[in-house]
Amino acid sequence: MSKDPNSGLILPAERPTSLVTRRNALIGGAGLLLAGCDQINASPTVKSVLSLGEQATHGAQRLVTDRNALAREFSRADMSPVFRENGNRNPGTPEYAALAANKFADWTLVVDGMVAQPLRISLAQMMAAPRRTQITRHDCVEGWSAIGEWSGVPLGLILRRAGMSGNAKYVVFHCADSTNGAPYYESIDMIDAFHPQTILATHMNGELLTVGHGAPLRLRVERQLGYKQAKYVMRVEAVASLEGIHGGGGGYWEDHRGYQWFAGI
Amino acid sequence: MATHFADSGAGGPDAQADVDASPLIYRTKLPVRIWHWINALSIFVMLMSGMMIFNAHPRLYWGQYGANLDTPWLVIDHRGTSGYLQVLGIEIPTTGVLGYAQGTANAFPPLVTIPSTYSLADARQWHFAFAWVLLISATLFMTYNIVSGHLRHDLVLKREERSLSHLWHDIKEHARLRFPTGEAARAYNPLQKIAYLGVLFVLIPVVILTGCTMSPTLNAAFPWLVELFGGRPSARSIHFLCATGFAGFITVHLLAVVLAGPFNELRSIITGWYRLPKERSK
Repeated sequence: MSKDPNSGLILPAERPTSLVTRRNALIGGAGLLLAGCDQINASPTVKSVLSLGEQATHGAQRLVTDRNALAREFSRADMSPVFRENGNRNPGTPEYAALAANKFADWTLVVDGMVAQPLRISLAQMMAAPRRTQITRHDCVEGWSAIGEWSGVPLGLILRRAGMSGNAKYVVFHCADSTNGAPYYESIDMIDAFHPQTILATHMNGELLTVGHGAPLRLRVERQLGYKQAKYVMRVEAVASLEGIHGGGGGYWEDHRGYQWFAGI
Repeated sequence: MATHFADSGAGGPDAQADVDASPLIYRTKLPVRIWHWINALSIFVMLMSGMMIFNAHPRLYWGQYGANLDTPWLVIDHRGTSGYLQVLGIEIPTTGVLGYAQGTANAFPPLVTIPSTYSLADARQWHFAFAWVLLISATLFMTYNIVSGHLRHDLVLKREERSLSHLWHDIKEHARLRFPTGEAARAYNPLQKIAYLGVLFVLIPVVILTGCTMSPTLNAAFPWLVELFGGRPSARSIHFLCATGFAGFITVHLLAVVLAGPFNELRSIITGWYRLPKERSK
């Protein structure tokens, strides 16, 4: 990365060959360095060493934090003037379009997997269920934050109603949207699944969820980053292992871009 | 403190052959040298992976929220192939350096980011792995500083160094590039001490704490921390300013090494042995 301190001092008219050579050497050198760095980055050994850091972060965060600690709740005065939409803004499938055209009256949420009593819950039933409303800060992995009000049914309530098995380790959220043919999905562990602020939201900022924000139902898991907040949730599945579900990484971004499964930071 | 006035050659033969032998002294102890290099590595990885993370959303805000439709105080972006930096509403063209460089429209160019091509996920893996290296090595070194007396003896400014006139004198000497010689070069000079104390007691702790406030899980458990910095977007801004502080420190630090004699300075930070610069004739 060292820059020849003389290269800038040579006038173009003077020793043009030398200038070209130096510049080529500089560009070539930088290119080699970048190629070298990228080779390090791509190495499986390096990747596995770095993932030790990820495991340490996950472990340490679970160790030092109160598992029931609540994310800060704000007042209406603190809310973002505009809460931007992000990720897929419309599943764009004929099936979803048909559901949306009918204001999701025909939509049902499937709750299955390791449960004693699989459920099919209509939107009307979701509206009638006990709910929680919270004004929280949404932190995107990219670095931006927005504050909004979410209202919905605590996930723990639904899982208990379905009689979830004690052997289930994860809850998987299957969504209506997909990117380049790969369906969006996400998963969380039981610590977050039964956290009081983990809700399946039907409302945002006092209104029914818009299509852009994940109508008719999106997950809010307030102590993790934005990509865990699955939109267009169609099915909630209790599982013992994430293996065999899509790419096995526990989520769309985890499978396709190598994002960390535990998005606590 | 071990001192050797005779040039015993313990530091190896000096290629620069400053023959009329000002003494070689054992100046930089092993823990200081080990920490220096581990810290140098982790700071470089943190800066380079941090710049890639910044590239994902190259805007900074103050307050409790901040996203694309809110007003940032700093933006690095591009229009077509022109890059620019906007700070507090003032726009500075930066094509070829920031915003648009090396044919790519990233805030920070490929040459200075880890990895070189856009990958927020990989940059985060590097950043959070080396965050542990930074945190653990800084904690151990801080403990060593206090227990060994390195902090008290070598870093904290002596009473006579704390006067404004003394500091002003030191500033003038630095501006003239006249660094301490002879016996005075045995210890760090006041500006050097202030720079090192600034890194140890301001930049490293603040960058670690503001880094922790990026975590929604830690924020739920320790809400006072993020509030101390005025909200997550503010903490992110302070995190970035600390990174800028590190970049500034590294620039001045390397410049000082070059001006003070890179061979002697490098020998000192690698082997511990340092040749006292000869007394200047007044």
